[in-house]
Amino acid sequence: MIFTIAAKELKILFSGPMAWIILAVLEIILAWFFLNQVDAFLAIQPQLTALANPPGVTELIVTPLFGNAAIILLMAVPLLSMRLIAEERRNQTLNLLLSAPVSVSEIILGKFLGLMAFLCLFIGLAALMSLSLYAGATLDLGLLAGNIVGLALLAASFAALGLFISSLTAHPIIAAIGSFGALLGLWIINMSAHDADSWLNTLSLMKHFESFNRGIIASADAAYFLLFIALFLVLAVRRLDNDRTHG
Amino acid sequence: MTKITVSAKDLSHRYGARCAVRNIGFELRQGEVLGLLGPNGAGKTTTLQMLAGCLAPSTGTIEICGIDLLERPLEAKALLGYLPETPPLYRELTVDEYLRLAARLHRIPKNEIADAVNKAKQRCGLSEVGKRLIGNLSKGYQQRMGIAQAIVHNPRVVILDEPTVGLDPIQIREIRSLIREMGGEHSVILSTHILPEVESVCDRIQIMNQGKLVFGGDMAELKQTYPEQVNLEEVFIRLTQQEDKT
Repeated sequence: MIFTIAAKELKILFSGPMAWIILAVLEIILAWFFLNQVDAFLAIQPQLTALANPPGVTELIVTPLFGNAAIILLMAVPLLSMRLIAEERRNQTLNLLLSAPVSVSEIILGKFLGLMAFLCLFIGLAALMSLSLYAGATLDLGLLAGNIVGLALLAASFAALGLFISSLTAHPIIAAIGSFGALLGLWIINMSAHDADSWLNTLSLMKHFESFNRGIIASADAAYFLLFIALFLVLAVRRLDNDRTHG
Repeated sequence: MTKITVSAKDLSHRYGARCAVRNIGFELRQGEVLGLLGPNGAGKTTTLQMLAGCLAPSTGTIEICGIDLLERPLEAKALLGYLPETPPLYRELTVDEYLRLAARLHRIPKNEIADAVNKAKQRCGLSEVGKRLIGNLSKGYQQRMGIAQAIVHNPRVVILDEPTVGLDPIQIREIRSLIREMGGEHSVILSTHILPEVESVCDRIQIMNQGKLVFGGDMAELKQTYPEQVNLEEVFIRLTQQEDKT
């Protein structure tokens, strides 16, 4: 049942121009970053050979590419997640799901997985872009894998928060602005942290993504993302359930 | 004795401080068509939402074919088909895609989905528009889509909230005969404020006013209880206005 709902979300997403446009725009921006990075690498390549332990092509191109992809997702996910529940509520289509023999958790998980399938497409494209470097270099596959896992966890966190905020309102635009504000806030919250142990660092999404970005899969960071995802999915289930009791 | 398919006891629902439905109770037997009648704002839609499991009652119990809707919602909902006030249609999907989705959501086995969809389309006169986008269909067709999704899984109980709104006279006649036909095997609850509709399709009538049930019974009982009134319209006006005065 979860997959039926996920497939429905994907289908509706791709039956309008929205998904295609978002995917195309993101891809163009990402490709631009990628080419810039390759250019910069080629420019400094002669100097790199002089170094004793030079950074590889993966560190110089793939790491910044995934860092940029994370910021692009920060802006794109609210646009994709805004309609998940808010639009169904506004168009009163939620009744189809609520009157069907489907539990609220299945609805939320289905919608979450539908959005994740779309986001994985984007992450997959970023990974393919990195793998194209094999045409003229060898990659550090471990570092690439760390980045892919990190970006997937980050995207899932964005999606979970976006889904929850979408469940709070009947206006997709409000959901989009709310999610974007919340995500940006959580991204930069550690700016005012004065020391490395500050609790603000613990909350910051960026801080936890950074270690993945450097190729370190730390269980503490993975746990942060998993808890983050679980928390907002549970909150979304509760919120949708409340609709039934209060109308 | 015929089987009781819907049994509602002591149902109430409050929206904040406002009580939309107050201690309503009724029973529906298999094959019956029950008309829920009342002026605007009487609590018809709220009652139907509660029966469909979209809204939890503040007090009271609902049983669908003996299964408690609040305790075992998934099993009970599998026996229900519901057309809300606004048909829950995804404008981006085609008629076929949408009905397949509705069938899958109601857990129809994969190999029976095509048959179920075809049958629902045929019954609601949608066979010619299968490939069209729902967003491009006229209001009348969208209303029929709403009915089709409510009956695609052949439910024991069909709940229709104002099924003939927005239809032309020919379609209204078709939908009414469809409801009559469904009444043979399913149980149907429909809400309306069109009185002739009730007289032509319903076996039993429940009249609601200001959240309360003011009459429940069949046409014969109605005539017996209010012998001085000539027709349903007069009874309706008398019952609802009488309540307003008190």
